[in-house]
Amino acid sequence: MVETSVRAKAAVEVRGLTVRFGSYTAVEGVDLEVGEGEFLALVGPTGCGKSTLLNVVAGLLPPSAGEVYALGEPVGGPNRKAGYLFQQDALLPWKTALDNIAMGLVFRGVPLREARNQARPWLERVGLARFGDRYPHQLSGGMKKRVGLAQVLITNPRLLLMDEPFSALDVQTRHLMENLLLELWQEDRKSVIFITHDLEEAIALADRVVVLSAGPASRPIGSFAIPLRRPRDVAEVRLTEEFLGIHQEIWSLLRGEVQKSYAQQG
Amino acid sequence: MPNKAKVRLWQVGILLVFLGLWEWGARTGRLDKLYFAQPSEIAARIVKWFSEGDIYRHLWVTSVEMLLAFVIGTLLGVAMGLWLALSPPVAAVLDPYIKALNSIPRVLLAPIFTIWFGLGMLKMIALGITLVFFVAFFNTYQGVREVNPVVLANARMLGADGGRLLRHVYLPSAASWIFSSLRTSIGFAVIGAVIGEYLGSAAGLGYIIQQAEGVFDTTGVFAGIVVLMVFVLALDYLVSRVEAQLLRWRPQEAEARS
Repeated sequence: MVETSVRAKAAVEVRGLTVRFGSYTAVEGVDLEVGEGEFLALVGPTGCGKSTLLNVVAGLLPPSAGEVYALGEPVGGPNRKAGYLFQQDALLPWKTALDNIAMGLVFRGVPLREARNQARPWLERVGLARFGDRYPHQLSGGMKKRVGLAQVLITNPRLLLMDEPFSALDVQTRHLMENLLLELWQEDRKSVIFITHDLEEAIALADRVVVLSAGPASRPIGSFAIPLRRPRDVAEVRLTEEFLGIHQEIWSLLRGEVQKSYAQQG
Repeated sequence: MPNKAKVRLWQVGILLVFLGLWEWGARTGRLDKLYFAQPSEIAARIVKWFSEGDIYRHLWVTSVEMLLAFVIGTLLGVAMGLWLALSPPVAAVLDPYIKALNSIPRVLLAPIFTIWFGLGMLKMIALGITLVFFVAFFNTYQGVREVNPVVLANARMLGADGGRLLRHVYLPSAASWIFSSLRTSIGFAVIGAVIGEYLGSAAGLGYIIQQAEGVFDTTGVFAGIVVLMVFVLALDYLVSRVEAQLLRWRPQEAEARS
């Protein structure tokens, strides 16, 4: 009975997960839980298998061993109830911004006309009301991310998976996008797994930060609650005493892993 | 960036010099008219053909053969390309057969097609299809295989599968490959039709050229070639217009190419 009640509450539950690529073990023995409505940030050094973990939860990658539940169901194949925001450009280059957003619905069987009607308000919410008829190559990096965000959110996923979505943006654009993300998230508090190698970004956004060890065979080695008040402004919150304290605490753990990761590469 | 007017001027200049030299050579006897004809006579012959009107029948026949070969060959090629690209096991099995079939010089098929289909249009269409099919096939195959994996994964995560993936992701992605192949295909369809006609038929531009050749009428051969050339250029222009319209989502590199 206790088992089921836990499962009902957790948006994501990972147990004893191992993923191997040939003889290389990317992640090993990972246990991870994301609560309903929780914003979880996963940080770790480059190449620690963060994206691997996310892809397994998304159902894009089969686990070598272990169990993965998302929204109470075992994951097998692309998870339609989850939204995934990719690090790279993932928009359809042959569709306008408006149609790209509408595609989120069209792919699920909504007729194009109806989907466009629903996409228009989203265009506005991500601040692109005037850019609906532009093609992706006519948009800036930040604008493309906004379209990508709307494309995912229009499907109203209960779980949002984000793989370093803002890492290619300049700092100002990045802060704008992070604030936009928090603003949209606060409306209905989806469960989020946000992957980043930037610890400041993780703390500024998340309810909880989980640190992964350096690869190969990486796994979570620390979990830190972030008690910063919401709503937050990601640029301002970085300057608070509290933030710096948390940063120091997590960094003392993360630093060792980053150094290990560098040592392996060098 | 070269000045557009200047480029045109040079292009026209080269043509005029070339034709001028040819005409001069033929008139002064430096080029044997029996072998090389004479531009002014070729032009006169073309004018005569069009004023007498018999040429229209042959143009019509060649156009129909070419267009049918083009349309059927492209459709078959695109369908087959999609199928094999999306089912790698099938592709692995059929690969040697496709390579073997494509290695046959098509001219050699003409005698067989004559036996199968006679001297009518069917033979030329069949010959054209064997050429057009492979161009469309290889380009579609390549285009589908080169779909951006992130775009594909994103569409999948958003819920696309089967027909929607094909329509919104695979086909648009392959479209630029297919379109560049269309322009090659048009040329191949014409080759199929004309070679077929030349090697035995009762009508068409290839037939005219073959008839002229039979009586050593070099002027007639050249006139036929010129008509064909203009015909193919006009078709190519049409395709490039359609292409520009359908691929307007692309960054403007298409314009630099044409």
